[in-house]
Formats: sequence, C-alpha cells, structure tokens
Amino acid sequence: MIRDKIKKEMAALSPVAMLETEHAAKGYDLDVRVSPDQVVAAAEIMDRAGFFIEAVTGVDWLLEAKAAPPKPKAPSEAGEQPEGGGAAEEAAPTAPEMEVVYDFNIASELCRVVVRTRIPRDNPELPTIQQVYPGANWHERETHDFFGIKFVGHPNLTPFLLPEDADFHPLLKG
Amino acid sequence: MRQLIESQSDETFILNLGPQHPSTHGVLRVKLQLDGEYIVEAEPVLGYCHRMHEKMGENRTFAQFMPNCGRMDYLSALAYNHGYVCAVEKAAGIEVPERAEWLRVITVELNRISSHLLWFGAYLLDLGGFTPLLYAFDDRERLLDILDTVTGSRLTYCYFRFGGVYNDIDENFVPAVREFVARMRTRLPMYHKLVTKNIILMKRLEGIGPVSAEMVRKYGATGPVARGSGVSYDVRKNEPYSVYPEVDFDVPVYSEGDSMARYKVRMDEIEQSLRIIEQGLNRLPEGPVMAPKAPKILKPPKGDFYQAVEAARGSFGVRLVSDGTNTPYRLKLRSPSYSNLSLFGEAAQGMLIADAIALLGSLDLVIPEIDR
Repeated sequence: MIRDKIKKEMAALSPVAMLETEHAAKGYDLDVRVSPDQVVAAAEIMDRAGFFIEAVTGVDWLLEAKAAPPKPKAPSEAGEQPEGGGAAEEAAPTAPEMEVVYDFNIASELCRVVVRTRIPRDNPELPTIQQVYPGANWHERETHDFFGIKFVGHPNLTPFLLPEDADFHPLLKG
Repeated sequence: MRQLIESQSDETFILNLGPQHPSTHGVLRVKLQLDGEYIVEAEPVLGYCHRMHEKMGENRTFAQFMPNCGRMDYLSALAYNHGYVCAVEKAAGIEVPERAEWLRVITVELNRISSHLLWFGAYLLDLGGFTPLLYAFDDRERLLDILDTVTGSRLTYCYFRFGGVYNDIDENFVPAVREFVARMRTRLPMYHKLVTKNIILMKRLEGIGPVSAEMVRKYGATGPVARGSGVSYDVRKNEPYSVYPEVDFDVPVYSEGDSMARYKVRMDEIEQSLRIIEQGLNRLPEGPVMAPKAPKILKPPKGDFYQAVEAARGSFGVRLVSDGTNTPYRLKLRSPSYSNLSLFGEAAQGMLIADAIALLGSLDLVIPEIDR
C-alpha cells in the first residue's frame, strides 16, 4: 500500500508528528506534521510517489493560543526576562502560530495525505514548493493573500484574488 | 514598409483578453504576450468576482453558510451543496436517510447534465457555431423546470440540509425525469451527428491544446480535464461518497489530452449521468427525507475534516476546521477550475490565439468558482 511507503519515507524526515487517520471519519488517510524547513523535502516525496497537489491553504491559530490556559510564568515575559534558557521553551506553546496545510491525493488508489507545518504568527515565512509542483504557485499566492504568509522563493507574491492595492489579509483572526 | 515589419518581427506586444470577453464566460482577464498571432506568455488575472466566501463561512453558523454553496459554481450548485453538507455531516456524525441520499444523487446528476449542456452550447458558440446553443438550451430548460419544482430555484440551488434534503419530491417528479432521460437519449445521437462529427469542429479541436497526464498531476487538474488526458480520476469512483458505490456507471477516459478529448469526456458523461439517474429512480426507496434526529444547532467536535465530491468541473473539496462551536473555525473551499485554469499559462505557450480560445473553452471555467 502506498500509505506505508509514504510513511516510511516521511519518517526519514523525522516529522514533528505523523498520524494514520481513518478515511471515513476524517476524509484523509495520513496526517504528517513537519517542520517548516522540511516542506520542500516532503513535497518531493509526494511528487516521487506520483501524488498530485490538491490545495495549499492556511489556518490562523491565534484564537487557540488565546484560549489556551496561560503558563504560570507567562506574566514575567512583560517585564524583564531572566537570562535562563528555560523561558523561551515555556513561552513557545502559547505563542500564536499559523498553520500551512498541503493536501495531496493520488489517482491510482484511495490515499489522501495531509502535510502540515506550523510557523510563528509574527514572522510567517516558509519555503515555496512551486518548483516541485508548479500548481502550488497559485495556491501559495492565494494563501499569501488571505494570511500574509510569505513563501520564500516564490516568484510572484502579489495580490491575486484580492484587489491589487490590498494591504490586508482577510482570514487573519482577531 | 516591408523593412519595418521585418525589423519588428522580434518584438512582442501585450493583449488583454477580457475581463469582458465572450469566451471567458465571466470576468476573467488573460494577459497575453503575443508575437504576431502566437502566444509567448499567457497570464490569467483573477479576482474580479472575488467575494471571500471562506471568510463568510467563518462568521455565520453552519446552516447559514448553505446559500453560499450555490453561488460559487452557479452551474453545478448542487454538487457544491453536496460537498458542504457531506463535510459537515462527517464532522458532526449525522446519518442521512437512504431516500435523501438517492434524491441527492439524482438531483446532482441532473445538475451535472444541465452544466455540461450549457458548456456544450457556450463552447460551440466560442468556436463560432451558434445553432448548437439553441438545441442545448432547449434541453437544459426542461431540466431547469424539473429542478425548479423540487428545489425551488432554477440556478443557485440550496436544496440539501444537514441530514437530508429540504423537501420531498412531488408525484410529477419521477415521470418528468423519466421523460427527460428518454428524450435526452434521442437527442444525444443528434448532437453527435450535428456537432461531434462535424469536420470544422474536428479541425478546430483535434490536437489543439494538448495537456499531458504529467501536467495534470503537477497542477492538480481534476474532472474532465484530467480524464481527457488519460488520468482515470473521478471522486465518485476513487473516493466514493453518498450512494455512488451502489451505482453502476463508467468513467469515460480519453488519452489524447487535446480539446477534442475533453469535449468527448463531457459528452460521454451526459450518458453516464443518465444511467445513474435511471438507477436512482428505479431504486428510490420510500421513507423520510430528513434524519429525524438532525440537531437544529450544530456543534461538530473539534478537529479538521476533508470532504471531496465530483462537481461538473472536477474535485470540489471542503476542509472544515471545527473548534467545537456553532460556526466553522476555518472553511477552505477547494474549487476545481482554480487548478484547471492554473495550467493554462503553460499549455497555451506557442499557440495561436484562436486555438487558445478553443483550449480555454475546453477547460469549462466558471469564474465565480475560481475567484470564490
């Protein structure tokens, strides 16, 4: 089965998380979360396996970060920061993030793979995959429109669906 | 004068096709860089019909978003209804009564035929033949009347509900659809005689606008565009939903990859849809058309869900991210024409502008669906 093959190859990227999901319940078969610098490698794996790209999109998790219970030491980050290395670790889970979701699908059998990655909301940058899948070009442009996510190496990140003078990103929360 | 022409032969110029052009079927603009009549570069410019449906989805309840589904692809609105309700039902775990499932399939297939008929007429109009449009609209009008009585609207349908459909069919529906199926079967051979075997059409379409299977994969094209390039991918078969697994139908595939192949795929699909409708009518069970326990206020559990359906133009996908409240946290709408059009820039390179029109039309674009 192609899912096992993808799983094996993705495991070599040491993904943040990988989950086999039930198609009937979720609509996809494999859910892989990689670090932002691994998206090109992940796309290359999907490309070699013969998958086509269905969509690229984003999710702004600002509200999730707000809803999460504050860490006990969180108030201290407003004041002076102790030089200890532990502070950065503790602040990380509540720092708002954005997610970029890549949907891959294959025509020859039933296997839909979701590759996702999280990037910091205040500096949303990750490499483009349009050199692997030229079809990603438009999807990334759209994601840039809606979320302001910067795809480094993308040749033309100008407003696409939005007006050409648009200076806002409508799908950002809050 | 001759000297002047020769000195300019290396130069190119920019021509805007649209945003108001009869062959763009909506407000699509294509920036063409031309060398004489040959296309050096074609760049579609989108956004003229952009309404930000995805944002609208985030600030209204699940049910309130239903009417939006009929306003993206206005020619196959029921498929969009279907994709959205299936996604929400998957997330919320709502069972749909069998009668409702069959009614959904029958109406979606009727809608698919009406969409293909409109494409058929409009495409031939693009290519310079006026008469086929009148034949196609005659047939389509009968379909719209049938769908009007059951859904309550002619175009922007909002017929499906979470857990079923909005109302049951009346006693005239089944005989009317049977009559339509019988009539369409006599009309299709006439279409082929009038149009498909026409030498002018063959010369305009055969070998024009080749799209390879590899290109289909790299750009994520689906629907008749993929099936015209030898890629046998149909969501109804590959990722079955609703009652499609119980229906016997074929997926027409042509491997030539030219505009003629895409034309033939759609014409064959009309016949396959008729087969599906017939089986649906024969097997339509009695019973309720709404799940009795469908909740009034929907709060699907947290999580993210994906549902794809086969719309008339390809795979329409809904990615629903729920945070457990009565409004979607994120609603991604993956529209097929968006990906199908994205390959136009590469495919149109080096083509004559008149042939590019034939290619553009064979992609069967609905711009409000691309722009969303």
